[in-house]
Amino acid sequence: MRSYDIVIIGGGPAGLAAAAAAKKSGIDSILILERDKELGGILNQCIHNGFGLHTFKEELTGPEYARRFINEVEELKIEYYLNTMVIDISHEKVVTAMNREEGLFEIQAKAVILAMGCRERARGALNIPGYRPSGIFSAGTAQRLVNMEGYMPGRKVVILGSGDIGLIMARRMTLEGAQVQVVAELMPYSGGLKRNIVQCLDDFGIPLKLSHTVVDIRGKYRVEGITIAEVDSHGKPVPGTEEDYDCDTLLLSCGLIPENELSRGMGVDIEPVTSGPSVNESLETNIDGVFACGNVLHVHDLVDYVSEEATTAGQNAAKYVQGSLAKSSGKVIKLAPTGGVRYTVPKTIDVDRMADELTVRFRVGNVYKNCFISVYFDDEQVVHRKRPVMAPGEMEDVKFKKEKLASYPDLKTITIKIEEA
Amino acid sequence: MEKRELICIGCPLGCMVQVEMDGAEVTGVTGNTCKRGDDYARKEVTNPTRIVTSIVNVTGGHLDMVSVKTKSDIPKGKIFDCVKALKGVSVKAPVHIGDVIVSDVAGTGVDIIATKEIFAK
Repeated sequence: MRSYDIVIIGGGPAGLAAAAAAKKSGIDSILILERDKELGGILNQCIHNGFGLHTFKEELTGPEYARRFINEVEELKIEYYLNTMVIDISHEKVVTAMNREEGLFEIQAKAVILAMGCRERARGALNIPGYRPSGIFSAGTAQRLVNMEGYMPGRKVVILGSGDIGLIMARRMTLEGAQVQVVAELMPYSGGLKRNIVQCLDDFGIPLKLSHTVVDIRGKYRVEGITIAEVDSHGKPVPGTEEDYDCDTLLLSCGLIPENELSRGMGVDIEPVTSGPSVNESLETNIDGVFACGNVLHVHDLVDYVSEEATTAGQNAAKYVQGSLAKSSGKVIKLAPTGGVRYTVPKTIDVDRMADELTVRFRVGNVYKNCFISVYFDDEQVVHRKRPVMAPGEMEDVKFKKEKLASYPDLKTITIKIEEA
Repeated sequence: MEKRELICIGCPLGCMVQVEMDGAEVTGVTGNTCKRGDDYARKEVTNPTRIVTSIVNVTGGHLDMVSVKTKSDIPKGKIFDCVKALKGVSVKAPVHIGDVIVSDVAGTGVDIIATKEIFAK
């Protein structure tokens, strides 16, 4: 069996940044396994601009952002296999993969970095009534068809869900000559970034109907029309508010789910809120030497944060292989998200193992205006930061200094919550 | 005195920016957290512009399409002219990031450049 120090599952933004960081930390034996025909992951189909403002201080398109990291991986002479599907990872870190050249093969890894990304929530998970004709696509599938394969999925479009990919596709389909009639969003707020509502809907006069959902799909072989209706505060359609739209295409942009079949299969604990692995300050899962980063860990809003997080995971995986990642003393501080904070990544902090500074990322469960992010070390409030606007579509973070945490030797719980003014 | 509320699109923060105007003249910008917000707001109320991205065909490459963008922002009113000008454009591989695909697109004075590497097959 061939063996590598670090095997990285996925060659998207997370896998690439993790690989580069691990190599720069002194590990030579690294292998990236990518199922697509090129590196870069989802960035390859995100041809719009707006990537990299934090990292590179300029606005790049997805392919340009990906290329910076692909170049780095190539300059660092990191090995990668394309067109290679990982089908299993054992608890002992034996990776089983397959491709057309070699068939089925196994690789023994000393450390594994999970960087598989996420998938879109499909129609089957949404319980939309009506026929099952052709013409119903997830927004990301439509994005790949339009931007990479050069096909138009349809001409008259309705979009359900206001996630970023849906908003981006509303603009993209409009520019390619389609008529995007409406974007319906079940929640009373958009799931996407504000800038995308401005640039992708407002610019083109596409209406966004909040608190609306699709209640019927018509057409036996191809979508012929859909019906949307307003929903009440429990998400139930309100009778009498139905509106019919003639269309040939329905795009779904209704959330992303981290893709953790492999993680589950190897025994990694999964968090119910994020659907991603439960990780500590080193981004290490409950299995020693198995790390996670990017959208497989929790769905990010900005790729810049994915690259940052993956860099941390790559550095820690390198330390693990080199034997310099301190063994946990067992004394860990728990992070407790509450009062509007849905989750935190990581879940626990071991001060002995953390870097000089640690970024804790989280999302809020509602839209908050002029509220405060408050952090408590046990009962003592240590952060009270005003935020003009927070929304579920955008990630928030709090940074902790090692020095500060070390000065609280008896600290058991860090509570992060949203407080009204 | 007119007041306009904008959402800055300079970066993903999406700051709520208030612009005070006296006729066509901007007299004040508030709510922005950086210089980009100030620039964006002044431009958005006087001459709104956008970066446009799309794809064009490639022959002889490892992929059939190459993604492209306007090298800098163009007037908002020229977006559709710009996309129209890309219809039927085809380039030969190899293509490098930054290669000019169409120069002076739709009379904007701005070039369309490639945003992806396409290798010759």
